[in-house]
Amino acid sequence: MGIKIGNDKFFERVDKGINDKFMRKAVVEAQSRLEGRKTQTTEEMGNWEDWRDLSEEIRQHTLENLDYYLDQFVENVAKQGGHVFFAEDAAEANDYITSIVKKKEAKNIIKSKSMVTEEIGMNEALEELGCNVVESDLGEWILQLDDHDPPSHIVVPALHKNKEQIRDTFQEKRKYDKSSDPNELAQFARKELRKDFLSAEVGITGCNFAVAESGTVSLVTNEGNARMATTLPKTQITVMGMERIVPTWKELDILVSMLCRSAVGQKLTSYITGLTASKEEGDIDGPEEFHVVIVDNGRSKILGTKFQSALQCIRCAACINVCPVYRHVGGHSYGSIYPGPIGAVLTPLLEGYDDHKELPYASTLCAACTEACPVKIPLHELLVEHRKVIVEQSGKSSFGEKLAMKGYAFAASNPGVYKVGSSSAPSFISSVAKGKDGHGKGPGPVKMWTDIRDLPEPTGETFRKWYANREKERDQS
Amino acid sequence: MNVSLFLTCLADVVYPAAVGKSTVEILERLGCEVDFPKKQTCCGQPAFNSGFHRESRDVAKHMIKTFEEAEYVVSPSGSCVAMLKEYPHLFEDDTDWQDRAEELANKSFELTQFIVDVLKVEDVGAELNANVTYHTSCHMTRLLGVKEAPMKLLENVKGLHFTELPNKQQCCGFGGTFSVKMVPISEQMVNEKVQHIEETDADILIGSDLGCLMNIGGRIERQGKPVKVMHIAEVLNSRAEVKTWE
Ligand code: SF4
Repeated sequence: MGIKIGNDKFFERVDKGINDKFMRKAVVEAQSRLEGRKTQTTEEMGNWEDWRDLSEEIRQHTLENLDYYLDQFVENVAKQGGHVFFAEDAAEANDYITSIVKKKEAKNIIKSKSMVTEEIGMNEALEELGCNVVESDLGEWILQLDDHDPPSHIVVPALHKNKEQIRDTFQEKRKYDKSSDPNELAQFARKELRKDFLSAEVGITGCNFAVAESGTVSLVTNEGNARMATTLPKTQITVMGMERIVPTWKELDILVSMLCRSAVGQKLTSYITGLTASKEEGDIDGPEEFHVVIVDNGRSKILGTKFQSALQCIRCAACINVCPVYRHVGGHSYGSIYPGPIGAVLTPLLEGYDDHKELPYASTLCAACTEACPVKIPLHELLVEHRKVIVEQSGKSSFGEKLAMKGYAFAASNPGVYKVGSSSAPSFISSVAKGKDGHGKGPGPVKMWTDIRDLPEPTGETFRKWYANREKERDQS
Repeated sequence: MNVSLFLTCLADVVYPAAVGKSTVEILERLGCEVDFPKKQTCCGQPAFNSGFHRESRDVAKHMIKTFEEAEYVVSPSGSCVAMLKEYPHLFEDDTDWQDRAEELANKSFELTQFIVDVLKVEDVGAELNANVTYHTSCHMTRLLGVKEAPMKLLENVKGLHFTELPNKQQCCGFGGTFSVKMVPISEQMVNEKVQHIEETDADILIGSDLGCLMNIGGRIERQGKPVKVMHIAEVLNSRAEVKTWE
């Protein structure tokens, strides 16, 4: 699939999102459910802010020493008979993965949820080989059945669908004949997926955290599907972004807890899996061959820049669950598999501004995301940083805006000019204050403003006049 | 105590005198000497938030000079004070200006924050008979970290019947240039805000930032709803016999 989804322009996507009444209802409900649960489980800890500080420190320390911890991780995986491959970009990662699958002559592949495999378009690469790739996360499976509908949320990928839509998809694609009751739907999915688990020759997973000190890959799920995908197939391939490292199990403990609480408001999810190397003598299950693909795909370019903190992300989606913009436009409006505030920050970093230049502006900078982030990424500041780069380096800001900002700065740093502007403002404003029939009046931004709202009608004197009169009176008395 | 008023460009240019006048009168009643440095302009946020940081540095320098002599700088806007506190980051490569920016940042306060935290007053003797609700502005609560002060002051205003705004933490969709760049999204956000305000049955929506009030109030007007918006300074300056909104 790649990072970019669809070819619609930004405002076309937004329009679709805003008019999708069902999706919006689903998002509002999901936001309040997830955010409510998160608040409860984080408040329980008593000192949530201290935990955030600690988690930020862990992530910062790891990124500062990423080469060291990656080396350590690789060494430990290799020591235990695993294979590690560093992929600089999506193509390299897919080449390596398909080469293993070819070698194994595998046809059936089972996957657990992984954003990075979406990012590199791995499924498509394997499907081109003629493989049958099955997503085993329930949400991802639903999307896959529904003609590869893209995810709209990084934790709850099918958030934009309701149970009736899911029932219809099951009916159409898998001859499902029961109700839209979530239990029945889940039972059906379980049965169907069981066959795929049993027939898969290769299991592919993502990685929530990789523990450097032991060469362990850890996976966090509620459905247990990652365990099935890593115990039944003979070959396991884990694909991870290069920043997904933690130094030791101690930090893993902390970050897993932060992830579960922030993502779904659980102390821990039902399954936390730690996988170290392949099957050993005496083990009754587990893969015979274990590969880890560490993906760069633009990440190392972010290291050492003002955007480095974006790599602290543990993909919990807490920022998405509080975002008032996401709330109204939904995930697909971002045009990226990474939606919401972290998506608006990360997508242009990984794919450039060309296709994503609106994303940094699709925020009021309300900072709800920054406040929610368990690893304290200053998301709203990074959005401003993007705007700065767009203005200063990419040359992508419009001529009109440049002119307006230069004019603004000149006026705002020259009180003489500013006063001319400001004393003429009230009469100017009253002439455009009321747009008629929803059609705004006035030039440029004023029209945009009055498209949907009135401007305050300046009645009575201005403050400066009042103040001057008062001073005069005081001088006289 | 000597206080220099930073009025903010919206209160200076777009709104009539009420907000600034109320701010001056409240502070004077509490024993402050208030002056209004006439050279003041805008905090620079429009340029800063749009990524025009070089331009916002020019504005910041002007503001730093304008308020250099002030003992305290007080402003009826959480958002603009948060911007003043951002100034030191604008001069990371210029220690001289950074020190001056730091000085301004340290002596700047939002109005309710100043009354409660510096003057240590929680009852300003205001009275207003009305059903009200309050919009917590994002920048004031999250960037400046002022959450309690306006509530403490409002609690002591006689006659107020207060109902909490549902989803009060949610942004109203203003966001400065966002409100004109992303109109369709902003519209949805402000619609939801107006809907929540209506759910409270309040006659007056109180807020501490004119940006948000201009956005919400403008939408309310356009929809022809019977709710008024009022800046918290006007509320705190209300007295039984004095009518507001004239
Ligand atoms: S940016 Fe922070 S809140 Fe958002 S997904 Fe990443 S870790 Fe979670």
